[in-house]
Amino acid sequence: MAKHRGRGIASINYPIGMNLGGDPSQALVHSNPSGKFTVSLSSIDLGQGMKSVTRQICAETLGVPVEDVYVDTADSDTGPHCMGSFASRGTHRVGNAVMAAAKEARGVMMEAAAEELEVNAADLETDGRGNIHVKGAPHRSISTKDVAIAAQFKQGKTISGRGIFLVPLSDVDPETGEMSPATCYAHACLVAEVEVDDETGDVAMIRMDSAYELGRALNPRLVEQQLVGGAWMGISHTLYETTEPYYPDSSHGPRDFVEYLMPGPGDICPHDIAVLERPAADGPFGAKGPGEMCANPVLPAVANAIFNAVGVRIDELPITPERVLRAIKAQGGAQPQARR
Amino acid sequence: MSKTALQFRHNGRDVAIFVDGGTNLLVALRELIGDMTPKFGCGQGGCGACSVLIDGELHLACLTLAETAAGRSVETLDGLKEGPNLHPLQRAFADNFAAQCGYCTPGMLMAAKALLDRNPQPSRAEVVEAISGNICRCTGYEPIINAVLAAAGNRARA
Repeated sequence: MAKHRGRGIASINYPIGMNLGGDPSQALVHSNPSGKFTVSLSSIDLGQGMKSVTRQICAETLGVPVEDVYVDTADSDTGPHCMGSFASRGTHRVGNAVMAAAKEARGVMMEAAAEELEVNAADLETDGRGNIHVKGAPHRSISTKDVAIAAQFKQGKTISGRGIFLVPLSDVDPETGEMSPATCYAHACLVAEVEVDDETGDVAMIRMDSAYELGRALNPRLVEQQLVGGAWMGISHTLYETTEPYYPDSSHGPRDFVEYLMPGPGDICPHDIAVLERPAADGPFGAKGPGEMCANPVLPAVANAIFNAVGVRIDELPITPERVLRAIKAQGGAQPQARR
Repeated sequence: MSKTALQFRHNGRDVAIFVDGGTNLLVALRELIGDMTPKFGCGQGGCGACSVLIDGELHLACLTLAETAAGRSVETLDGLKEGPNLHPLQRAFADNFAAQCGYCTPGMLMAAKALLDRNPQPSRAEVVEAISGNICRCTGYEPIINAVLAAAGNRARA
């Protein structure tokens, strides 16, 4: 009886968004008389940072400080339509919609500023600090606040914009089976190292090394946060969690957090992550999406690592000690494979 | 059922409430006092989201009878910050991106405070042990562990 180390690798190709009848999201942007901007969405921020990243996208597009943008979201009564927060689609779909809305709002803002400064809007630029000035003549300047006040109380204009981003449905060709389910793909590769106890069937995570290619990381800390947390979910789905059916029947299933197993802080392992940025042609500022895909490579990599460690190929999830032990017994003992 | 008069200190302030027999501390805090910072996760001590300190000691409010708090001092996340200033642990959680959906965060912060109050310079293993009763769905724990260690490090330098 012994503990065996094994290493496994997996690579994934992850489509951003979904293809079930078309995949749209909408955004509305408007300025308040204070010169601050509100982004109206109904997309949900589950903690992944949707509010932060849409705020950044809006501020960057408008050319105003990020502090001047407020994102109002999560209520489908007050926000325009969104398909939802899933399929790693938030940054890509909602981000593009916000960008389109902010572009339209910026157009009105520049027209309103041009009227106040008595110049052509095409000659104006934003400084990113809350001012609009004539190109090459920074002293010919007006604050976005004063533009908002003039638009509201003098010109009678709404500084606002509408945006939608739609990836239309791609139907399957009945002859060839061909379709185009996504417009851009993220990629990842992960190496997992595990230690398998051939007496108990227990699998311990030793370390993970991964590389993710997810377009431009608009907020690198949020991307890192997603990847670290997502890998933990991957470990959880691989080794711990399941709802139904449960062995030998559903009455043995978990009923609460005491029985529904998830890894605790003592079960995690060091994880070194490399982020590769290859901007997507149709992403907002080149972004794809780091959401759901960050859990995906963990499962096959760990299954492969277990095979490498003890020679058993488990094809059911989660890979519980019982399943590992039964497979080792059926094989007549652990058969460590060549160390990779 | 008759109600019991109950007095205790809640984040440094005296409070008096009437509770039914069997009322747990989590219900008393959330529904009778209006302090929503201790979270209801599982209601049976499996997740740690309701963690509070009673006389400085970490307790699961959902498994604690409200009457246990009589005459004692209960601290929740609501009492952590001083006026507009975040507690160093809260600041470290923010700096280290240690919260995503945020539901476990109040319990994590209280578990971390209980640790740092008795052991200002914990090892990584001690931090892991201290938060091992708290489940987090989003972060993978690593950022939380790093935040607690950072808060301890900041305190040592201050």
